[in-house]
Amino acid sequence: MQILRITGGRVIDPVQNIDQVTDLWIKGEHIAGIGPQPGLQATRTIDATGKIVCPGLIDMHVHLREPGREEDETIATGTAAALAGGVTSVACMPNTEPALDSQAAAEFVYLQAERAGNANVFPIGAITKGREGKELAEIGGLVEGGAVGFTDDGSPVVSAEIMRRALEYCRMFDRAVLVHAEDLELTKGGVMNEGVESMRLGLRGMPAAAEEMMIHRDIQLAEITGGRLHILHVSTAGGVDLIRRGKARGVKVTGEACPHHFTLTDRCLRDFDSNYKMSPPLRTQADVDAIIEGLKDNTLDVIATDHAPHAPEKKMRELDQAPNGIVGLETLLPICVKALIEPGHLSWPRLIEKLTIQPARVLTIDRGTLQPGVDADVTIIDPNAEWTIDADRFLSKSRNSPYAGWKVRGRAHAVIVGGEVKFEG
Amino acid sequence: MPVELASPERREPATPAPPVSPVTPVSLTWTRPHLLGLEHLGPDEIVAILDSAENFVNLSQRTRKKRSVLAGRVMVNLFFEPSTRTRTSFSLAARRLGADTLDFTPGGSSLSKGETFIDTAKNIEAMGVDVMVVRHSSPGAPLLLSGHLQCSVINAGDGAHEHPTQGLLDMFTIRRRKGRLEGLTVGLVGDIAHSRVARSNIHGLTKLGAHVIVCGPPTLVPRNITELGVEVSDNLDAILPRCDVINMLRIQFERQRTGLFPSIREYARLFGMDSERLRKAKSDLLLLAPGPINRGVEITPEVADGPHSAILEQVTNGLAVRMAVLHLLCGQPTE
Repeated sequence: MQILRITGGRVIDPVQNIDQVTDLWIKGEHIAGIGPQPGLQATRTIDATGKIVCPGLIDMHVHLREPGREEDETIATGTAAALAGGVTSVACMPNTEPALDSQAAAEFVYLQAERAGNANVFPIGAITKGREGKELAEIGGLVEGGAVGFTDDGSPVVSAEIMRRALEYCRMFDRAVLVHAEDLELTKGGVMNEGVESMRLGLRGMPAAAEEMMIHRDIQLAEITGGRLHILHVSTAGGVDLIRRGKARGVKVTGEACPHHFTLTDRCLRDFDSNYKMSPPLRTQADVDAIIEGLKDNTLDVIATDHAPHAPEKKMRELDQAPNGIVGLETLLPICVKALIEPGHLSWPRLIEKLTIQPARVLTIDRGTLQPGVDADVTIIDPNAEWTIDADRFLSKSRNSPYAGWKVRGRAHAVIVGGEVKFEG
Repeated sequence: MPVELASPERREPATPAPPVSPVTPVSLTWTRPHLLGLEHLGPDEIVAILDSAENFVNLSQRTRKKRSVLAGRVMVNLFFEPSTRTRTSFSLAARRLGADTLDFTPGGSSLSKGETFIDTAKNIEAMGVDVMVVRHSSPGAPLLLSGHLQCSVINAGDGAHEHPTQGLLDMFTIRRRKGRLEGLTVGLVGDIAHSRVARSNIHGLTKLGAHVIVCGPPTLVPRNITELGVEVSDNLDAILPRCDVINMLRIQFERQRTGLFPSIREYARLFGMDSERLRKAKSDLLLLAPGPINRGVEITPEVADGPHSAILEQVTNGLAVRMAVLHLLCGQPTE
């Protein structure tokens, strides 16, 4: 059995409140312990001097596109991109073709992930059959097939009645309902945030109210049902505030922020570049500031990428014709360093918490910590590595990143999944 | 602390050319390869176009209308959206300057086969094109093309974004009639939200010192348009007496959602121009309409054809303005 010793690194595990330079030991597929382990003889040693050693990063909001849109991404390419970004587990969204709305579909994801042998993949099931918003999918069967949460992401659940029943029904399996909050009537034909910039550019806008109304509705529904609610990709100051107030009165609601929503604003669209187009859209500087504040006070528990690959020919279109979404797996870490660590908004332990144990809790998966006995998913980060983001070198099949050309710091040095070194930078 | 993370690679709008003395030839003032909008032009650049158009107005009135400054050049009208007036105006303007012209209207053929609009434009450019005049229903399409093409690109209207030559010809018409732009009060009436003509007018007129009032129902006027330095009103009768010029914008039935006003009848009553309403205006009010007008909606026939109206003059002036633009973008310096 392999015994791996990672030595000299700054080991950070928020769950155990550990942040010290020490050794991490892995025995076979599991974590053996932190600090001296007299009974163990290392078969391999990794020198992590000057590096951060933490639980493997978990990105709970990823579109892997398989099945149905393999020209954009596959489970194999998406998980390779994950490893390159330091991510050991991804949760994949069910807006595939067909939608991930059955036990068989969930099992297919596990099968393809195993064949690829990269990062762990956890499927998120659709709330409704075919993501059509009309009747509940077989949630019990999906849980049986390994679904770790439920969402119709890409679309909201328009019917308040169905959302209510989903929140109630999921309680039976202790799974969260993840919502894409958007009032589709108010955003119909919308290309970007509604505001001064959309007015200037003559582009139809999506008002912040369209997102906030749905967040408000779903928090109310979580309150009356006792269901567990997770708000995906919060993009507005008002949305952050609604979650903050919901938490304060005991509603089981968690919030998620995507790197683009705390680094970019709708001003970026002045060049009509579709790599700045996503849903929810880039908002204003005030929203960016509010999201950072929400991350600081834990209103926003999770950072996830909403990795949404689109083949270049699809994005190279007129802005209002191009699809929504940007890739994010391979830029997650350095963008968080630039926007959150370097300005002093979050410490490393606090950032790692939002990238490990917090998403694990939302999805109720037994990961995100370095406690002895858990699966040995470990990310070794070089926090000082300076590099320039080059979309042409992504392992993802797609190139739709707004960060191409950015000079950044921080990068995955080595990535260990289930005790096996899967990536070395 | 605000996160300032603008990518170093992002293109900044070009800075306006420095002011020049009046004796400098016009073509030296103009250094841009494209005309994509009026928002990023400097006042002196706009004046340069208007001054240059004066020469071409006179040319239009001669019997021998042709010059050869663009001989050997090729201009293509690449219209992804239907248009008669603008396309014809550009064609005639180019031919009068001696250029060869070609119309390309991508119908079902190439685009439905999956070719992107960028591919379409690159294919046409490969045939040897100097200027591409682009109309498209998507804002920003001409700007995106300009990044992929070597030839000059002229925006002939992109969605609700800009229509610079229309803005210029409106300004040119006003300047010829009133002798100036500075200090005038210009009312833009109607569907501001969906109008590229409104945006180009606002940018151009405010840069040259006119006071612009946008007037329409709140469903057709973005609330934050005051950021562009204009006054907002929803009462045409109240602002009419203050206006030197009124530009009646067309209702963009094809671009807007339904339900933005209750009925055409009510719209015409509140924001249409008829003889009775006109009595509240200054006696020398100049009335413009970018056309094609919906007769009886924005403007009654007797007003459209009446003494205040400069609608046909706008069409004539449009030709001169487009000749000036073509000449500045790819002609030889004026003799």
